[in-house]
Amino acid sequence: MQLILNGINHRYGSMPVLSDIDLEIPAGEIVCIVGPSGCGKSTLLRLIGGLERPDEGAVLEHGAPPADSLNPLTYIFQDFALLPWRSVAGNISLALEDHGLGKAKTDAIIDDVLARTKLSDFKTALPRQLSGGMKQRVAIARALAVRPAVLLMDEPLSALDSQTRELLMDDLVGLWSKTPFTAVYVTHNLNEAVRLGHKIVVLSRRPGRIREVVSIDMPLAERADRVGELASKQEQLWSLIRDEAAAADMELIDA
Amino acid sequence: MPENPTSQPVPFRGGGFNPRPRALIGLAVMVVLIAVWETGCRTGIIHPLVLPAPSEAATAFMELVDSGLLWTHLGASLSRLVIGWTAGTILGITVGFAIGLFSLARAGMVPLVAAIFPIPKIALLPLFIIWFGIGEGSKVATILFGTFFPTVVATYGGVDNVDRGLIRMGQSFGLSWVSIVRKIILPGALPAILPGFRISAAIAIVLLVAAEMIGAEFGVGAYILMAGSLMAMDQLIAGVAILSTIGLTVSWIIGRAEKALLRWRV
Ligand SMILES: Nc1ncnc2c1ncn2[C@@H]1O[C@H](COP(=O)(O)OP(=O)(O)OP(=O)(O)O)[C@@H](O)[C@H]1O
Ligand SMILES: [Mg+2]
Repeated sequence: MQLILNGINHRYGSMPVLSDIDLEIPAGEIVCIVGPSGCGKSTLLRLIGGLERPDEGAVLEHGAPPADSLNPLTYIFQDFALLPWRSVAGNISLALEDHGLGKAKTDAIIDDVLARTKLSDFKTALPRQLSGGMKQRVAIARALAVRPAVLLMDEPLSALDSQTRELLMDDLVGLWSKTPFTAVYVTHNLNEAVRLGHKIVVLSRRPGRIREVVSIDMPLAERADRVGELASKQEQLWSLIRDEAAAADMELIDA
Repeated sequence: MPENPTSQPVPFRGGGFNPRPRALIGLAVMVVLIAVWETGCRTGIIHPLVLPAPSEAATAFMELVDSGLLWTHLGASLSRLVIGWTAGTILGITVGFAIGLFSLARAGMVPLVAAIFPIPKIALLPLFIIWFGIGEGSKVATILFGTFFPTVVATYGGVDNVDRGLIRMGQSFGLSWVSIVRKIILPGALPAILPGFRISAAIAIVLLVAAEMIGAEFGVGAYILMAGSLMAMDQLIAGVAILSTIGLTVSWIIGRAEKALLRWRV
């Protein structure tokens, strides 16, 4: 399944937040969205996943999602959004319970995604017993459990320290290399963008419009070892948003 | 680093602000208090007409047990308490959820709750007697009413405080409305609802006694009233001790419930 964003405009009250966004999210690719703080990245992601309606334009699904997909558009949140009163397995089963799969099938899915995210030993742990990195892996496992057609990630690694972030990036690359998934990945971190993005969309400061789309052809699996070659891309991205970021930083929030 | 002839450890400024359970202290405080009281009475410092000795109250209590009336009084009181509190709590949680979830219920009910909550329910007892009769009805209604309002306020406060991010997460996974309410909002509001039980249970006991003082044949409140009018201070103290025991038991049960249901909190 492919997503097509058609002439999206959105405002909060009288403040325009997104302006004329046209974008294609091809199947099996990771599209990164970068831009200065407050430019509307999270808003765009909420529009893509149907949590909010755009004022103008539309987000179109092109082609049907795979038949076995339980929740085609699935989020991974920056703050993990785990239920603190449910165990790791319970948090994953939350996403499955409404689908009436039966206990055997549910358990099989949970075991499978826990194994894929290397969490099998923590099945019965409560979120408060887990480190930040583990919590995000639980959230990733929960997202994988519903077999999404598109993963929508809003700064999934921003709450983590840089070592954990590095490990989780490897995990994401590993997961993608085994079974390529489609994803929209919002981040502040240009290094994450060049490590994970097939396409990197640079937004201007608010109202966010697309300034440039940078493509990177290097296979994801090779990027960790070839960071030197990525540095120029990262430099290019930084020069695109530096002035905007500085200006956005000086803006009053609700000016 | 310059040589410092008078090196000393950094002064400690942390610690505190973290009360821990100490099981025996509460018991010790009670034992000491009763011992002081008993000695005061035995030595004549406290006049027996002012305050009877704990041992006399204990004797009065044993008489009550022997006469077999303890269970009659206790049974009458507990059944009113349980029925009134349970009904008030169920209604309160229901209305609290409605206020927390629906704009219309919020707009309609919040001012009403604010207007009726501060009225002492005892003041309404004569009205309840006219409406529900002098028997069990008016007593249960008083307790129900008294329990209802604090539960409503605690519940909708709890619902309001549920992390919106978790609700959005539920929506993003396509959970049904019922699932979101049952699996996200209800457990999320529980940390606010359970402490509300402590308050509503205390209010229920206060109202129970007040209601039993008007036209009840049996009940701890009736027993205390009778003791008071006979100036039987030992029986009065025994009756008050029974109430305290009910209060302690209820608080213990709620504490256990909190431990079991809120284990997930730090
Ligand atoms: N629900 C809302 N109501 C009103 N204004 C909002 C709402 N959500 C976001 N905004 C405003 O819209 C603008 C864009 O917000 P958004 O969260 O999409 O930015 P962002 O690019 O994700 O920022 P950040 O990089 O800080 O995460 C901000 O100015 C924000 O204050
Ligand atoms: Mg954001």
